[in-house]
Amino acid sequence: MSRIQTVFEELKQRKRKALIPFFTAGDPNPQLTVPLLHALVEAGADIIELGVPFSDPMADGPTIQRASERALRHHVGLHHVLDMVAEFRRSNSGTPIVLMGYGNPVEAMGWETFAQRCAEVGVDGVLTVDFPPEEGHEAFAHLEKHGIDPIFLIAPTSTDARVERVAKQARGYVYYVSLKGVTGAGHLDLAAIEQKIPQLRRHIQLPIGIGFGIRDAATALAVAKLCDGVVVGSRIVQEIENSSEQDVVANVSKLVKELRQAVNLA
Amino acid sequence: MTYNYPDQYGHFGPYGGIYVAETLMGALDELNQAYEKYRHDPEFIAELNADLKHYVGRPSPIYHARHLSAHLGGAQIYLKREDLNHTGAHKVNNTIGQALLARRMGKKRVIAETGAGQHGVATATVAARYGMECVVYMGAADVQRQSPNVFRMKLLGATVIPVESGSKTLKDALNEAMRDWVTNIENTFYIIGTVAGPHPYPMLVRDFNSIVSKEAVVQMPELAGRQPDAVIACVGGGSNAMGVFYHYIDMPGVKLIGVEAGGHGIASGEHAAPLTTNSPVGVLHGNKTYLMQDEDGQIIETHSISAGLDYPGVGPEHAWLKDSGRAEYVAIDDDEALRAFHDLCHFEGIIPALESSHALAHAMKIAPTMGKDKVLLVNLSGRGDKDINTVARLKGITL
Ligand SMILES: Cc1ncc(COP(=O)(O)O)c(C=O)c1O
Repeated sequence: MSRIQTVFEELKQRKRKALIPFFTAGDPNPQLTVPLLHALVEAGADIIELGVPFSDPMADGPTIQRASERALRHHVGLHHVLDMVAEFRRSNSGTPIVLMGYGNPVEAMGWETFAQRCAEVGVDGVLTVDFPPEEGHEAFAHLEKHGIDPIFLIAPTSTDARVERVAKQARGYVYYVSLKGVTGAGHLDLAAIEQKIPQLRRHIQLPIGIGFGIRDAATALAVAKLCDGVVVGSRIVQEIENSSEQDVVANVSKLVKELRQAVNLA
Repeated sequence: MTYNYPDQYGHFGPYGGIYVAETLMGALDELNQAYEKYRHDPEFIAELNADLKHYVGRPSPIYHARHLSAHLGGAQIYLKREDLNHTGAHKVNNTIGQALLARRMGKKRVIAETGAGQHGVATATVAARYGMECVVYMGAADVQRQSPNVFRMKLLGATVIPVESGSKTLKDALNEAMRDWVTNIENTFYIIGTVAGPHPYPMLVRDFNSIVSKEAVVQMPELAGRQPDAVIACVGGGSNAMGVFYHYIDMPGVKLIGVEAGGHGIASGEHAAPLTTNSPVGVLHGNKTYLMQDEDGQIIETHSISAGLDYPGVGPEHAWLKDSGRAEYVAIDDDEALRAFHDLCHFEGIIPALESSHALAHAMKIAPTMGKDKVLLVNLSGRGDKDINTVARLKGITL
């Protein structure tokens, strides 16, 4: 059983929902990435989505764009991110790490090399935002060969046929984007999400995580009630942005603890 | 035609495709279906043709640049006068087509990215003409160097949003337009200005611009007694080049030459010539193509004197035409382009766009090596009024 599967199985037994924080590797600086990863685990993260910096993050709002820019100022590239995961794994063998980013850095490294490195360092899943199943099948075959789960997004605009298509290719969990827009946008429409979930469950046997627009304990709780896991990205990145380098680990930790408590009530 | 690209998923050989987030897939499906429905619809075609004739002023003439040709002493240079179109560039061929599609799809708001501002102006123009709200994203650096076009867009009622992220040029404007589109997908049509982006855009933009070569294949025999030996066009994303190449692809006797921006010179690394320099293949803005990038796969900043060529990628169809050997790609640097700009003013009384000056410069480079009976067709993709500030500044003059 993969680490991602194991986590969801355990949560199911404890009747809990997964908390899945996201932040960008190398933000605010590369030295803080591994400490932040450990702090997230300690604060209650079940799975961590680690952003791979990219020069042109088209699907991201200003908050995560700036995170990428800060990381790129330190020249953090895909191979550094893999090294960071390797370092994290030296003292953590249980928390799944999902790399999230855009396809071009992987294209530049080569999918086979990338997949092999992922397996070596202990990456569990990979979400390449701009590689839909149609274009990515060859790429994803490399991931599967090395036991890495390809994670996919589903959007409010995804038709039944597309949900079915994604479901066939997806492993680990499926990430439902809870609003129309880029990461960090506002106005979460809970009623619309609630309506959509049954359509997703018809085709998707995997756990469903929901993200985009979750800003605080209240929204985290509301969303957790509707699915299997809550992804919190921009709010955490904002905390990183607004903290000094001395305080950043403590501040992020505090925030994630609050989110954890909220999600536990679901 | 026997040439039959792209396939139904938008692939030109290994290039092109649909590399976008799931959030955009629905909108692209919708656009694809609308285009398939209307591209052969007689009513759509009639409306498009009427506007191209009465609003844009098509067909654009071809002009024999006799003085310039005589001065060079070799091949005869002919200019396809896209600069004479309403709004002053080829871009309007495409924006009219897309705006008519948008109307049929019930979209009341259009957005666009722009580099030189020509596509922004052409979009603002058709938005005014068809009564649609218009928002144009433009890199903050380009807002500076193309200020006349910014004012034109505003006169036409468009909102111009300067983009401060990344390199503050065309690629960043494209990123921002994509973000707007995902957010406002229900009421918004994204009018992409070049043969890039996810399928069906590269095909659609090419098709709307292919009117240029459709006219040229008829005009050249009338004017020059035959088809040209080579067709030459500048390549930013590559829309004017695809337009003037398209109906020549199946004529093997006609060479196709795309001219990229050599910037400060290929050796300097500061250019926008992914094809000429054999940049690695990558994925950006929804398609797979040659892409200027570093070892980490980060897109690098480009340089060109002309904002419209300042783009790290290139339309996927050009990538394919290069690999298949049907077209060749070369680079012209800033200085060469500027010289051609001044020469055309001097010899023919035509102020060309700095983008088009790149194509012209290459024609001027090869013409003297060819016989006087040879014929070169240059796509004069736009007029240079928008560039007078840039050129004046280089001469130390403030207007
Ligand atoms: C006059 C002119 N020519 C060429 C271009 C480059 O675009 P493309 O390569 O798509 O023709 C531009 C872009 O702004 C332009 O304004």
